[in-house]
Amino acid sequence: MLKTFPKGGIHPAENKFSAGKAIEQLALPKTVSIPISQHIGAPAAPVVNKGDKVVVGQIIAKSSGFVSANIHSSVSGTVSKIDDVMDTSGYRKPCIVIDVEGDEWDSAIDRTAGLNKNITLSQEEIVKKIGDSGIVGLGGATFPSQVKLSIPKGKTADVLILNGVECEPYLTSDHQIMMERGHELMVGTQILMKALNVSKALIGIENNKQDAIDYLKKISADYPGIEVHVLKVQYPQGGEKQLIKALINREVPSGGLPIDVGTVVHNVGTTIAVYEAVQKNKPLFERVVTVTGKSVSKPANFLVRIGTPVNELIEAAGGLPEDTGKVVNGGPMMGKALNSIEVPVTKGTSGILIFNKKDAARNEMQNCIRCAKCVSVCPMGLEPYLLMQLSEKSMWEGVEAEKALDCIECGSCSYKCPSARPLLDYIRLGKSTVSQIIRARNQK
Amino acid sequence: MSTNKFFIAPSPHDYSKDSVKSIMYGVIIALLPALAMSFYYFGLGALITTLVAVVSCMFFEFIIQKYLIKGKITIFDGSAIITGILLAFNVPSNLPWWMVVIGSLVAIGVAKMSFGGLGNNPFNPALVGRVFLLLSYPVQMTSWPKPSNFDFTLGGYTDAVTGATPLGALKTELGKGERTVQDILDKGVDMGGGDIYQFPDYMNQMMGDLGGSLGEVSAIAIIIGGLYMLYRKIITWHVPVAMLGTIFIFAGLLHIAHPDMYADPIFHLMTGGIMLGAVFMATDMVTSPMTPLGMIIFGVGIGLLTVIIRVFGAYPEGVSFAILIMNAFVPLINKGCKPKRFGEKKAAA
Ligand code: SF4
Ligand code: SF4
Repeated sequence: MLKTFPKGGIHPAENKFSAGKAIEQLALPKTVSIPISQHIGAPAAPVVNKGDKVVVGQIIAKSSGFVSANIHSSVSGTVSKIDDVMDTSGYRKPCIVIDVEGDEWDSAIDRTAGLNKNITLSQEEIVKKIGDSGIVGLGGATFPSQVKLSIPKGKTADVLILNGVECEPYLTSDHQIMMERGHELMVGTQILMKALNVSKALIGIENNKQDAIDYLKKISADYPGIEVHVLKVQYPQGGEKQLIKALINREVPSGGLPIDVGTVVHNVGTTIAVYEAVQKNKPLFERVVTVTGKSVSKPANFLVRIGTPVNELIEAAGGLPEDTGKVVNGGPMMGKALNSIEVPVTKGTSGILIFNKKDAARNEMQNCIRCAKCVSVCPMGLEPYLLMQLSEKSMWEGVEAEKALDCIECGSCSYKCPSARPLLDYIRLGKSTVSQIIRARNQK
Repeated sequence: MSTNKFFIAPSPHDYSKDSVKSIMYGVIIALLPALAMSFYYFGLGALITTLVAVVSCMFFEFIIQKYLIKGKITIFDGSAIITGILLAFNVPSNLPWWMVVIGSLVAIGVAKMSFGGLGNNPFNPALVGRVFLLLSYPVQMTSWPKPSNFDFTLGGYTDAVTGATPLGALKTELGKGERTVQDILDKGVDMGGGDIYQFPDYMNQMMGDLGGSLGEVSAIAIIIGGLYMLYRKIITWHVPVAMLGTIFIFAGLLHIAHPDMYADPIFHLMTGGIMLGAVFMATDMVTSPMTPLGMIIFGVGIGLLTVIIRVFGAYPEGVSFAILIMNAFVPLINKGCKPKRFGEKKAAA
């Protein structure tokens, strides 16, 4: 029996068109717009001015709080302006816009190709380095990584979990990273193990990536304490709580964090960024992005500098298809629809997914036929139909009592509903209203 | 480049192929074997009654949606067709056509549309229609045509050949307090004038060669339909298994305690509307609970009530009432049976 989480889940069409496509370096754009808020938490504070010359890897905005992250330049050139530019959220947000001139890297970055297995930094130095390098969760959540590694007093971790699940359909960037950069992933894992002071790490991979499983299993033999575990293809296997349950059978309590059950989860892409930061002194300024869709002529996995306009990625993948109806930043289940493709790639852009007109439209909503499918697929044991009903009627106490805040927004309920009811839309409304109410309550 | 032509909608961006239509037409397909068997046993009358019920259900839904609610017409979503078929399945195949029409009006108009249409009705519409007919026209609703193989004439439809149902015959005869169950089942019942009603054996019960409502007779056809719905994931096993299991155990205990007074559990399961009820009526998603535990409680409740009504009540058959009574408890069951929340704090460990 393959490991999986115990309740709910769905199996959408995988559509991994770009699977097995080698990671290609995308050509440098003419300008980049680097948002100062690409992570969860406080926006970074710019430390460069209009007209300044910058090089690749140079810090251009500093972390401004405990939960925040440094931002580095992804190109060399001149800062042309610091201004509001539309970003992937669809809103205009402050960005540092840089005109690209050449490709000169900060001299501190080790650009040699060799694998550096020798971890010399101490536990504290590793955490600090990861923070300095602006590393955030690259799976899409963009939570600053050093925060996850700073374990609160009274808590301990005994195992590190690496998320190589990539349960979102269409996306293949993590898969490709695992295939091409397995050894760096292993060393990165050892670095994280040292940072957390644990002797065991589990890498969870869904069994639709057999090649990655075989390869990593083979090379992990040389890295003591690192185990590769095969998981059933079942969405949302990569949800943090689901993954922990599937791998070590511990249940993160409602409202709690993984550290409450003695573990920390990092994405495989993040782990490679950690390797580069710690062993190669290279801050986070580029990432792998899958560009794909049914009508995309050349689906691909690109290594992209942060701040590159999304339309350049689409051009490189064969151009925007004629019948494009929707462009999504991320995967089909949790990604965000873009209203423009001239927005910059950020640290959280795991994929650019293009839907044709037919697939982009939602079906017409019908009455709830009480089929209970939403209840049976919810991995958090919630009753989506009920949460939607309560939200529609503004019955916020009910929304709170029925645990709307536990919803991980995986979208399984909306996916499954035969009546095409916008369950998650209403649950999100319920969640944000309830959070506001709770905040107001706590202030009293 | 114009940029505002993209659809903007929150996630998720992918949807399963399930739709209300695909589910409803799946149920209709599942009903076909039972319909075929009743055609085999009751002839054209079975088809005509079913057709009348389906057409009138769709017609009333159309009239109500078009002229009363002035809303969207959804008569082709399949749900009115199902109500029609199930109503027909729950009446004798020779019921006068205008009674079928009245039953349809009650099912669609009173039980479904007055609550707000599909999804909002607390009670199974077809059963409400059936019970209304049973209370209003008790004689016609309990005059059963004799099953015969391939009767293509309309004769069975116009002048009914009155047969008995196993449950009815047994109940009446037992009521006289003279004979044991085994004796009755073996030797049959004198229906008056030397006409002896012989009880069907298990094989005939299974196939459906017994008196009863149009679509309830053939256990095997109903089970095939149920398996198809399980395979299509339209229903889950919880309600039918809980209901049938309860009936088997409860009737079995009674039988073991007093074999002279109470029929064996197989007889109960195979006769009357239990199979039809368990597979098609109690599993109606609109009127059954939302969680597995809730569904099991619901099924157990129906099972207990069915046997109680059959054995101790005034009516020989109790499935319809049992399901309707449990329908009323569904909101309560849903309140009491929450799914297990992920990460729920365990109560005082
Ligand atoms: S309610 Fe939330 S957690 Fe449950 S299926 Fe819907 S989106 Fe996922
Ligand atoms: S899946 Fe849709 S139709 Fe089914 S119970 Fe949930 S909300 Fe209602």
